[in-house]
Amino acid sequence: MTEHKQRILTQKEYQQMAKANEPKRPVLANCVRAFLVGGIICLIGQGITDFYIFCFGFTEKSAGNPTAATLIFLSVLLTSLGVYDHIAQWAGAGTAVPVTGFANSMASAALEHRTEGYVLGVGSNMFKLAGSVIVFGVFSAFVIALIRTLIAMIGGV
Amino acid sequence: MQIYFWAFVVGGLICVIGQLLLDVGKLTPAHMVTVLVVAGAILSGLELYQPLIDFAGAGASVPITSFGNALVQGALSEAKRSGLVGIVTGIFEVTSAGISSAIIFAFLASLVFRPKG
Repeated sequence: MTEHKQRILTQKEYQQMAKANEPKRPVLANCVRAFLVGGIICLIGQGITDFYIFCFGFTEKSAGNPTAATLIFLSVLLTSLGVYDHIAQWAGAGTAVPVTGFANSMASAALEHRTEGYVLGVGSNMFKLAGSVIVFGVFSAFVIALIRTLIAMIGGV
Repeated sequence: MQIYFWAFVVGGLICVIGQLLLDVGKLTPAHMVTVLVVAGAILSGLELYQPLIDFAGAGASVPITSFGNALVQGALSEAKRSGLVGIVTGIFEVTSAGISSAIIFAFLASLVFRPKG
């Protein structure tokens, strides 16, 4: 009994010790990197948007879809060549937050599970990481749109 | 040209918020991205996200927060046309391009490439 208590205590002590000795995260440096890389990705996105507007006559609104598709294509290509994850290690959230990070998570899951077969591996693992974004995005959007629509129905007769 | 400056700054700042959620909030990347998507949806519901896109262009439309925004806007615009059912039918209206192209390109990649390091 006492031995048991002793072990719990040392476990707690160990956790405290581990917490105290945890390497301090270089928050400021991480933020600067995230800012630079995230900013550059958005800059590229703006360039692609303007390219579609001026060369193919898209409007500012309709250019959003081809821009996202182009960025996703580039991201999947860079992921497949092993470049994106290399940048991601340096940039942290700078590569995870733009839409390219969403595509990266899908492409890397698809590649990683490829050996398990196309149906059970690629098909069922592709949304392993990206799935939570879609699930929570869709559910919160549903709730918000429902509230807004109900308000408009009641108030805006 | 000004839009390029603001795209860089606003896009960078949204990524900094994500980085702070990781480092200070101690969230996993999956949790961080989920929080940002829901935040984008809420801002969209308050009609605050479109002004940000008008101001910063791709700086607001490239980060994943715009995914939440696009879901809400698609649902709302379809709901305006066809009532409550529109929320369900319209939710993917705007984001369809992003999700389908991600699926198609990721699947093509799995046909062509092998995982690297």
